[in-house]
Amino acid sequence: MEALLKVESVVKTFPGVKALDGVCLNVYQGEIHTLLGENGAGKSTLMNVLNGLYSPDSGNLLINGQPYIFRSPKDSIKAGIGMVHQHFMLVYNHTVFENILLAVSDLPFWLDKKKLRIRIKEIVDRFGLSIDLDEPIRKLSIGQQQWVELIKLLIRDCKVLILDEPTAVLTPQESDRLFGFLKRFKEEGRSVIFISHKMREVMELSDRVTVLKKGTTVKELARGEFDENVLAGLMIGTDEIPVWEREKKQFTENVLTIEHLFADKEKNMSDLIDFSLELRKGEILGIAGVAGNGQKTLAEVLTGLKPPVSGKIFADGKDITNADSRKAYIAGIAHVPEDRKSMGIAPEMTVDENLILKSYKEKPFRKFIFQNFKAIKENAEKQIADFAIKAGPKGTPIRLLSGGNIQKVIIARELSMRPSVLVALYPTRGLDMGSAEYVHKVIMDARKDNMSTIVISEDLDELLKLSDRIAVMFRGRITGIVDPEHTSREEIGLLMSGETVQ
Amino acid sequence: MIRFEKRKDASKLFTVFAPFMSVLFALATAAVIMLFAGINPIAAYAGMLNESLGSFYGISETLVKSTPLILTGLGVSIAFRMKIWNIGAEGQLYMGAMGASYVALNSGLTGFVGLAAMFVMAAVFGGIWAGISGFLKAKANVNEIIVTLLMNYIAIAWVSYLVYGPWKDPNGFNFPLTPRFSPDLVLSTFFNTRLHTGFIIALALVAVMYIFMEKTVWGYEIKVIGNNPKAAKYAGISIDRKIIGVMFISGALAGIAGFGEAAGVQGRLQEGISHGYGYTAIIVAWLAGRSAIGVFIVSVIMAVILVGGDSLQILMQLPVAFVNLFQGLILFFILASDFLIQNKPVMKRSGK
Ligand SMILES: Nc1ncnc2c1ncn2[C@@H]1O[C@H](COP(=O)(O)OP(=O)(O)OP(=O)(O)O)[C@@H](O)[C@H]1O
Ligand SMILES: [Mg+2]
Repeated sequence: MEALLKVESVVKTFPGVKALDGVCLNVYQGEIHTLLGENGAGKSTLMNVLNGLYSPDSGNLLINGQPYIFRSPKDSIKAGIGMVHQHFMLVYNHTVFENILLAVSDLPFWLDKKKLRIRIKEIVDRFGLSIDLDEPIRKLSIGQQQWVELIKLLIRDCKVLILDEPTAVLTPQESDRLFGFLKRFKEEGRSVIFISHKMREVMELSDRVTVLKKGTTVKELARGEFDENVLAGLMIGTDEIPVWEREKKQFTENVLTIEHLFADKEKNMSDLIDFSLELRKGEILGIAGVAGNGQKTLAEVLTGLKPPVSGKIFADGKDITNADSRKAYIAGIAHVPEDRKSMGIAPEMTVDENLILKSYKEKPFRKFIFQNFKAIKENAEKQIADFAIKAGPKGTPIRLLSGGNIQKVIIARELSMRPSVLVALYPTRGLDMGSAEYVHKVIMDARKDNMSTIVISEDLDELLKLSDRIAVMFRGRITGIVDPEHTSREEIGLLMSGETVQ
Repeated sequence: MIRFEKRKDASKLFTVFAPFMSVLFALATAAVIMLFAGINPIAAYAGMLNESLGSFYGISETLVKSTPLILTGLGVSIAFRMKIWNIGAEGQLYMGAMGASYVALNSGLTGFVGLAAMFVMAAVFGGIWAGISGFLKAKANVNEIIVTLLMNYIAIAWVSYLVYGPWKDPNGFNFPLTPRFSPDLVLSTFFNTRLHTGFIIALALVAVMYIFMEKTVWGYEIKVIGNNPKAAKYAGISIDRKIIGVMFISGALAGIAGFGEAAGVQGRLQEGISHGYGYTAIIVAWLAGRSAIGVFIVSVIMAVILVGGDSLQILMQLPVAFVNLFQGLILFFILASDFLIQNKPVMKRSGK
């Protein structure tokens, strides 16, 4: 069978980085094709080449055997390739319908809105998307906004759909609905290129997997030829997997006590309602729950970014409800991927500079009023080596790093601060397997040194593996606390949907 | 239809040479216009270069003109670093000149102490003038562009009032100027030219600001705020205080430029003491990419254009209006070509 879309030895270099080094890819009609590869392997770059954003240095692009050269995303859409970007390109105050209207580029002079509406309705029904066309975008959840992006592409009749880590911003429920959609899309004889670091998703969806490493294709496998172990083996190769295990420990002291905390509502998110929780010294407390049930607010209140409305927070018996005194005590990795570019980093500044964002005023990094560039550089070298960050040539602004590598910079920075309490919000989202394991190991090592950690995550496997206790959140409250050794996914699932189990 | 897209993978080399390219592009465009006006552009440019750089005197004049540009350019660019648009350097320069003149005319201080007091007063006057808009921005989120712009008119009007009124030189044949400062309150000049100590001060401040912006903890904080205010908040930087502080420094630098013009070039306060340096400073800061060293280089290039342009009047027998037009055109085209270098035009057919 001839491939619908064929990428032949494409090379793309950025100053100082060879992002793609002769990569090959064959996407066949009617399949979901997963791209797998470590952070910085070149997945997003390849997708941007297919999308016409980057023009390759060399190599060919064939669609149905015909060579194509894309000069802009317009060309790529004309050829039937559509991409959903990580950062949605939507006008927030306009309605769903108006946003889709904007996307239809070749608007005729006289626009038949009725006809277009019918066409959109038809697509919405065909794929079972539930969406109100007259709702403004800002009222939609992230998952629904993604629908709008998808409809924008479908209305232009795209044959190959590219999704770069689409599930990183979705709740598990939203992901399931997306997968349902993708399967229906594929049954119509169209193709999907899908990127994800989550094995569970890869196994569920993929008809074919291409593994990338350092800008080249390592292997292409069809369904039946791969399982989780094979893929893990190919991804990690000869690299060492960090190993760790959780030692049994007795916890006696309370390090953090949260009492009757109330916090304000953020759009689409539950606030904290009479929230109480105790964190013990040296423990890892997992917080499970569907995103949007107050986890982000909790992390922001604890790390001092948001003032609570009422309630108290005590550390070692001392009242630290006042934000300033809290900062020194609690460090936080508050980085939902939608937020990581907007809050966790200064995008135009270098990796070195971003690694000291929180501690630039402290001892080794500052001499009198001057910055100590030697210490800053040494710190960066150490973090880059420890976390295997692909940082590009010296002085590269951090925004040019791959998504996972940006994440690693943030995590490395927070963990290197040696806080007493760490609040980690989705710490391994967007990280490849090896890196995720490494982050777990670092958290586990710090546990040995009696650091207490609150891990907020939707990934139950991660929580079950890491946590000493798991608290489940629903609508701003704790619905239950379970022991990971004596619980089941079902029990946690029930708690997550708001049932209280005694 | 033509659209503009930001250039994505611009190389380092490209960004370094962009300002020079802009100037070349501007000169080429202006040449075409000169051809239409029946002037030989090559002769005109040769004449400009010869006048501004071809002689000892020419060079000294160029450096005199570059002095206020360097100082105001530094001020504007440090605010730019924080994404604060201080377009009020002109007014801050006037306030600085006024502060210095106040000391010179009224304090009775003499010699070095007098000069030092003039310098400090100029910096404080300019700094407070800009600091007001910084305060309004920080505390009430008032748009600094509008405030700084409008305060220019107030500052200029103040100086006019003083030189036409209370500070007017009684022996000045009714011209809008103050009496000359006593000779020990005028900056010393070099080699019998108009090049004064203010230039040395400007050079020193280039070095100071370079260190301030690139090497200190504050420079780091300013960069973070300018780059991503949310990240700055997350890092625990108090943004409001920084805005006020940076605006003060920005205005103080412009004020020092006013000190240079009053105590160095004119030896008095007079109407029109600045030839729009505070506005040209915006272009200087823009082209310099907000770096201190860049400000120095661009200011000298600008000064060449200003001095050379003025000389066209005599060389080519051109009316003043044409010279002004010519200088304005060059500035305009420098900005336009800079835009073209940063953004690439994309041809697009519209509709069907
Ligand atoms: N515009 C750019 N300029 C310079 N370097 C870049 C640019 N875009 C990507 N890179 C570099 O190219 C490499 C590949 O990046 P890419 O984003 O394709 O990785 P990825 O496979 O998507 O990784 P991740 O899983 O972390 O998202 C990285 O080392 C990155 O730093
Ligand atoms: Mg990526």
